[in-house]
Amino acid sequence: MEKIIAGYTVDVTEEGYLTQMNQWNKEIAEAIAKELGIHELTEGHWKVIEFLRKDFAETEKVPTTRRIKNVGNIPTKDLYDLFPDGPVLKAAKIAGISKPVSCV
Amino acid sequence: MPNDDKIKKVSIIISKGSLEGVYPGLILANGARMKGIEANIFFTFFGLDAITKKKMNKIKVATVGNPAMGIPSLIGVMPGMSALASGMMKKQMEQLDIPPIPEFIEMIYDAGGKLYACLASVEMFKLKKEDFCNQVEDVLTVGDFYELSAGGQIIFT
Repeated sequence: MEKIIAGYTVDVTEEGYLTQMNQWNKEIAEAIAKELGIHELTEGHWKVIEFLRKDFAETEKVPTTRRIKNVGNIPTKDLYDLFPDGPVLKAAKIAGISKPVSCV
Repeated sequence: MPNDDKIKKVSIIISKGSLEGVYPGLILANGARMKGIEANIFFTFFGLDAITKKKMNKIKVATVGNPAMGIPSLIGVMPGMSALASGMMKKQMEQLDIPPIPEFIEMIYDAGGKLYACLASVEMFKLKKEDFCNQVEDVLTVGDFYELSAGGQIIFT
């Protein structure tokens, strides 16, 4: 389905995950973040978002928490502090990639 | 979905000291945190091995008395069988990005999950707080465990 986010028309799933990562931009990220209760995206948030986008583009999979830690060099504690209550779910939505499907 | 239908808190009991006895509880706890659900883990009986410094790295699959393994127990008792099966399973898990137990415990702790040891088992095995990894919050009585589990679901594994 189509949705207008930050003035841009994008394709999203019913849960609001972008289906085409190239329709994403930083304004969209900020608008989704606000919807999820994150009012300001700091440098720390961008580091996570950029890693998720890069890894997703390379592997076609949303990285696990462990991969974000070991490959993305983002400590698990920071991840949870930056995106409370479901960090990978939230970060993936803001990053404009698929909903994570992994159990770990 | 209305908010009241969502699980907000889980307390998971890990009571076995085999690889297949420990992982389900850890995966449930980590998965809860990934969903923003509060998670406590209570380690009891041989489940304590998963948080005991000297043992947490050496947890193996049970190859005897485990019909799901698909090998006769008589073969399962042979030296090295458990290590072999454990090695194979660990390799498989590595591919799925499921961490080894010590790393998993650390990740759950960093994710805000709370880890506790059962007092009765700690006394039975003559263990001390120092025998456990640093991520262990406290040693609790069963009564304490019920108190901290109030308002949530309790899962026994």
